[in-house]
Amino acid sequence: MTYKILTKEDIATLGRIVGTEHIILKKDIAIDLTHDELGAVSAYPEIVIEVNQTKQVSAIMKYAFQEHIPVTVRGSGTGLVGACVPIEGGILLDMTKLNNIIELDPINMTLRVEPGVLLMEIAEYVEKEGYFYAPDPGEKSATIGGNIATNAGGMRAVKYGVTRDWIRGLEVVLPNGETIQTGGKIVKNSSGYAIKDLIIGSEGTLGIITEATLKLIQKPKKSVSMLIPFLNREDAIEAVPQVISAHSLPTAVEFLEASSLRFSEEFLGKRIPHANYDAYLLISFDGTTQSQIDSDVDIISDMCVNQLGAIDVYLVDTEERMSSVWSARGAFLEAIKASTTEIDECDVVLPREYIGPYLAFTDALSQELGIRIPYFGHAGDGNLHIYFCKDDLSDGVWQKKRDIGFEKMYEKAFTYGGLVSGEHGIGYVKKTYLEKQVGQTQIKLMQGIKKVFDPTNILNPGKIT
Amino acid sequence: MNIITCIKQVPASSNVKVDSNTGVLIRESNNVKMNPYDLYGLETAFQIKEMKESVDIHAVTMGPPSAKQVLEEALYMGADEATLVSDRRFAGADVLATSYTLSQLIDHISNYDMIICGKQTTDGDTAQVGPEIAEFLNIPHVPYVVDIIEINRDGIVVKSTYDTYDEIVSVKFPCLLTLDKGSQVPRLPSYKRKQIMKTHQIETITLDDLDDQNPNHYGLNGSPTQVEEIFPPDKRSDSIQIKGSNKEVTKEIMDILAKNRYL
Repeated sequence: MTYKILTKEDIATLGRIVGTEHIILKKDIAIDLTHDELGAVSAYPEIVIEVNQTKQVSAIMKYAFQEHIPVTVRGSGTGLVGACVPIEGGILLDMTKLNNIIELDPINMTLRVEPGVLLMEIAEYVEKEGYFYAPDPGEKSATIGGNIATNAGGMRAVKYGVTRDWIRGLEVVLPNGETIQTGGKIVKNSSGYAIKDLIIGSEGTLGIITEATLKLIQKPKKSVSMLIPFLNREDAIEAVPQVISAHSLPTAVEFLEASSLRFSEEFLGKRIPHANYDAYLLISFDGTTQSQIDSDVDIISDMCVNQLGAIDVYLVDTEERMSSVWSARGAFLEAIKASTTEIDECDVVLPREYIGPYLAFTDALSQELGIRIPYFGHAGDGNLHIYFCKDDLSDGVWQKKRDIGFEKMYEKAFTYGGLVSGEHGIGYVKKTYLEKQVGQTQIKLMQGIKKVFDPTNILNPGKIT
Repeated sequence: MNIITCIKQVPASSNVKVDSNTGVLIRESNNVKMNPYDLYGLETAFQIKEMKESVDIHAVTMGPPSAKQVLEEALYMGADEATLVSDRRFAGADVLATSYTLSQLIDHISNYDMIICGKQTTDGDTAQVGPEIAEFLNIPHVPYVVDIIEINRDGIVVKSTYDTYDEIVSVKFPCLLTLDKGSQVPRLPSYKRKQIMKTHQIETITLDDLDDQNPNHYGLNGSPTQVEEIFPPDKRSDSIQIKGSNKEVTKEIMDILAKNRYL
C-alpha cells in the first residue's frame, strides 16, 4: 500500500496542532526512536509528534485519515517485537508526555491515567495510598499505554492475571479521529461486543489509547518469597503444577537456572545467596495477615522438601533479602543481552505440564545448532523467555541458524498446544509464526476486525497480521 | 572454637513512628527484622564454621521477649545456640548500659574465643556497642571488618575498611570484631534447619542470673545519656535538568559526578 509522503503543508498543519516545538523532523530524529528495545527491526518516521492532549491525538488522526498518512504510536519503546517501529514511515506519535494521573477513585477503587504514565509511577502512586495495581511486568519503565496495547503479563499473573484483567475502561481515538469511551468504572459489562478487550493487546493497530481506567485492590499487607533449590531442572519444573494445585495460591512462581543466575551476578556485580545449585523455583505469597502467609509458606515448604525433592527452602522475607534475590531475577534480560552481541527471543506460552519437555527440547536444539540459548520463565503460568544469542557468529550464519531454530521452537510449541506469545505480542517480527499457528481463518477474522476499525490501514500498518 | 554473635531486632523500614510525648521509638511487632549488619556478622561466623572443625556459634540478643524471633532466625540460618537477655529493669538502656548488659551476659556464658557484632544497628546507628562490650570484657576489638584473611590456632587476621584506607589486623583470641558489608552474602533462613531447631529451647537470662546484680548499672538508671528526640532520616532528592547537545550534556554530567566525588 502506498501512503502520502509528507509535504511542507502537512508538516505546517501538524505543527499547528501541537505547536512546532513538539514536532521533530527527519534529520533531527534520534536513532533511539527508530527501534524498540530488542532492535530486530528499525525504520525512520518522517515526523515525530509529541502529544499531551487527547484532542491533539484526535486532530492528528483526522488529518492523517484525510491525507492517508500512516501513524505509529510509541510509548517508552521497551517492546520486544517491533510493534512501535514506523515501518511505513509517516507519523510517529510519542505518547510519553500524555502522562497525567487523573483520578484515584476510592469508592469504585479505580485509577484513571493517561497512557504515558509509567508502570513504576502507578505503583508508587497507588501504593502510598494503600492500594495495589497487581500486574507486574518486568519492565517498570514501560508506559501503561504500552502495557495495555500488548496485554502485558508479568510475574504476578499466577494469582492476579494479566493487564487485561485490570482494565475497566478505555478512551480510544479511532483512526478517523473520532474518540470513543469503552467500559468505564463499572465492574461488570455484558453490553455488546467487548470493544475494550479488542483494543487491549491490539498493539496500536485498532485505535490509540488516550486514557485508561484501571482496577485497584487493597494493597496486600505482607509478602514473602521462597528460594527453592532443586537437584536439576526436571525436578524443579515437575514441582510447579503440584505447588499450584496445593491449597495455597502463590503470587508468582518463577523458574531460575544456574547459568542465568551467573549472568545476573556478573551483570549486577553482586552475588546471590545459595547460588550454587543447578535449578530453582522462586515462589511468592502475599496476603493480609502474617499468619495466613506463614501457613502458606509452611504448606509449600513441607511439600517441596518432603514430597517434591527440593534440596531445601530458603525464606526471602525482608526488603534486603527480596531485593537481593528479585533483582537477580529482574536483571535476566539485561544480563543475557550484555553477555552477547545480539539476541532474539521466543516468548511462547505453554500448558504448564509441557514446560519440562519443552526446555529439554530447547537444550537439544542449542546443541544441534551450536548456539547458546539461555532461558528463564514464569513457570507458574507457562510463559517462557528463551533467548538465542549471536555471540561471535557472522551475520549470515546467525540469521540462518536463528531462522531454523525459531521455526523448530514454534513448531514444537504448537504441538504442545502453546501460543506464539505469552506477553510480548506479535508486532512485526512474529507475524509469520502467528499465521502458522492460528491459520488463515483466524487471520482473516483479525484482518476483518482491523478493516472495520481502520478501513484505510493508516494505523500502525504492517503489524500483527 | 566458640563464637558469640550479638544480634538485634530493628524496625523493618526507616518509616518508623515515634511517640510524640516520650520521644521513644514505637516498635511494632509485625514490622521488625534482624539488623542487616548482624547478617554480615552471622554469615562471617558461619563461614568460619565451614572452614574450621568444631566451631560452635551462639547467638545472643537483648530485648523484650518478642526479640526471640531474631534468635530463632539465627538458629534457622545456622547458629547452634541462642540466648535472650531480657528484664524490665534493662528498659531504657543507652549505649553504655546496653554494652554493659551484653558484657555481663557474655561473662555469664563465659566460654568464648571470639565475639562478632554487626558494625552498627540501623535504628541506633552509633557503632559503639561492639567496641564498648570489648572494653567491659577487657579484650581487644577490631571494627569495620569486611573479610577474614586467616584463622590461626590462637588468633585471627582480618581486613577492615575505613573511608580512605584499608587495614590488615592480626588479633589474638579472645577478641571482638564488628562486621561491615564485605564479600559475604548472608545466607537465608532454611526450612530444613527450622524443622531441626524449632523445638530448640532458647534460654532467657535476667538480671538475677548476672554477676553484677546492682540495678543501678542497668536500664535507665545505668544510662548516663538520654535520647532527646528520635526521628526518621530526612529523605531528600534533588533533581536538575541538563540541556544541550549529547557532548555538552555528557560533559556536564561527568563534571557533576567528579565535583561530588562519585568519580
